[in-house]
Amino acid sequence: MSALTIRNVSKRFGPVQVLHDIDLDIDSGAFLILVGPSGCRKSTLLSIIAGLESATEGSIEIGGKPMNGVPAKDRNIAMVFQSYALYPSMTVRQNMTFGMECRGVPKREQGAILDRVARLLQIEALLDRKPSQLSGGQRQRVAMGRALVRDPLLFLFDEPLSNLDAKLRLEMRMEIKRLHQRLGSTIVYVTHDQIEAMTLATRIAVMHRGVVQQFADPDTVYNRPANLFVARFMGAPPMNTVPARLDRDGDAMVATIGVGEAAVRLPVPDLPAAWAGRAVVLGLRPECIAEPTRHFSDMEGTTITLDAPVEVIEPTGAETIVLLRLGGEQVLGRVAPDLRLTPGTHARFAIDTRKICLFDPQTEARIA
Amino acid sequence: MPPRRLLGEGIRSIVMWAPLVVSCAYVVLFSLWTTAVSLTRSTLLPDYSWAGWRNYTVVLNSRNWQVAYANLAIYGTLFVVLATAVGLLLAVLIDQRIRGENVFRTIFLYPIAVSFVVTGTVWGWLFNPSIGLQKLVQGWGWTGFRFGWTIDRDLAIYAIVVAAIWHGSGFAMALFLAGLRSVDADLLKAAQIDGAGPWRTYTRVVLPTIGPIFVSVLVMLLQFAIKTYDLVVALTAGGPGISSTLPALVVYDFMFQRGELGRGSAAAVMLLASLAVVVLPYSAFRLWQNRRRFARV
Repeated sequence: MSALTIRNVSKRFGPVQVLHDIDLDIDSGAFLILVGPSGCRKSTLLSIIAGLESATEGSIEIGGKPMNGVPAKDRNIAMVFQSYALYPSMTVRQNMTFGMECRGVPKREQGAILDRVARLLQIEALLDRKPSQLSGGQRQRVAMGRALVRDPLLFLFDEPLSNLDAKLRLEMRMEIKRLHQRLGSTIVYVTHDQIEAMTLATRIAVMHRGVVQQFADPDTVYNRPANLFVARFMGAPPMNTVPARLDRDGDAMVATIGVGEAAVRLPVPDLPAAWAGRAVVLGLRPECIAEPTRHFSDMEGTTITLDAPVEVIEPTGAETIVLLRLGGEQVLGRVAPDLRLTPGTHARFAIDTRKICLFDPQTEARIA
Repeated sequence: MPPRRLLGEGIRSIVMWAPLVVSCAYVVLFSLWTTAVSLTRSTLLPDYSWAGWRNYTVVLNSRNWQVAYANLAIYGTLFVVLATAVGLLLAVLIDQRIRGENVFRTIFLYPIAVSFVVTGTVWGWLFNPSIGLQKLVQGWGWTGFRFGWTIDRDLAIYAIVVAAIWHGSGFAMALFLAGLRSVDADLLKAAQIDGAGPWRTYTRVVLPTIGPIFVSVLVMLLQFAIKTYDLVVALTAGGPGISSTLPALVVYDFMFQRGELGRGSAAAVMLLASLAVVVLPYSAFRLWQNRRRFARV
């Protein structure tokens, strides 16, 4: 069943169009993440879904019912805010029951629901405290509790983890994922953190300047980015994108990076013959550049080893990020941590050519 | 130290210390002196013959003082409660993001910029039966219309209440509006999603959040009320008779009309004590609040 359908939604503030023809559709139980750099209007889209703002054009359906003109309280949604938006004058208990009180849920039922959710989130001990007496992580839990007492068709999360410190963020991320697996609820989640998007989502909508750049599952978004923006936004470090030239080499298509002696030739996926001789942008994930002993796959001819100058190394402990030159262009690679590379010297690297992406330099769209 | 810097230091300390010394002299020394005088038999001029508490008992038993304090009770309560209510209402109305907000805000805030004497004089005209509202409405044909509050012994104090509310509610509005604007917009969105209507949103979410502003507004208005002098002088001069007199007028009356410096000082000290009763707990509250904020940081 379709839990949320967004059709041709546009939003204008006066003469400025901030959202352009948004089309999204998710099934019940999905975890949709709206991700993009700040100012890409992902939060505006979330507000429109919530009914806090109205779309200039287009329609929104929640649970199959059209929602245009339906006020936020009647949309059967619950929302977790970036600032948590806990009512400061109320205790945790009152914060969580306020919505039920407004909807006229009987007192005894309220108590039962409160107990269940408090146990689920392990906040029973905090129920009589005020928000000002809670730590950031505890506030975060209470904010989720306030959403969970509702059992809505749709949960909306607006950057819920961005106010937590790094360690707590990881913990809560895991917890949200576990909650989703356990409750099977449908979630729309806004974040600017592409790692959060990759780890949590079942569907990702990458947004930029009010336009959905790509709407797909995390795997597709990561491995087959729709355009250069997505390629450069997703992944840390992001995909290497370097100019290259396509040529025919017998039956196969070959991309050449750089000129002269330093030029590097990589086999690329098959393309119409018309592309031969044209300039493209070649995309290669850093993890596709590794130490020469790395075994990427059993398929013949998918791994190429070559010599390349090493410029900078960044050991992270789990792996080492290497800045090297490929055909004269700077690219990042990820090699095993025990490999001791020396900046300023040449080293051998293995390149996994299966995951090479090619982009049209004019339209920036992926062509292969 | 180079001479230039020495000069700068010198100027800085003069700028800082001179006003401090002067205001200390004015406030503290004269308060102490007044207290001393209140314990003497001074009449027209200060004389330092010990009188004990006699001035206080005389003032406390005087009809002027009793009427003034009864009036202060009525006036203080009504003014503080109603000015707060009107100010809050105006602030909430303006907070609905209405068109021309600046214009309204200026209009409502303007009275506070006008001196009490002007307020009192203008409202005196409005209340004056022969030139004010009564005359106007009677001129329209309702000849039975009566609006002579300032000449009615029982209503004169309420005329002062009305003028004071007109004067002070814009100030309350400004404070409340600043408070309302400081409320996190996400709180309002959360309340909207929780299904709270406007009434419930204000009474349960917004107003409790700006609780400290209520305390500030109430204290400011109350000390305003206790100190009221010029408004009454300009509006009713405490009359008819002494029916709308207030403690500050009684102090003036004792000191300069009757030439009873000792008794006037006693009245002034009691007035100061009433102010202290309001202001000291408030200062303690603020101090405690700041401590708590520091403790949290």
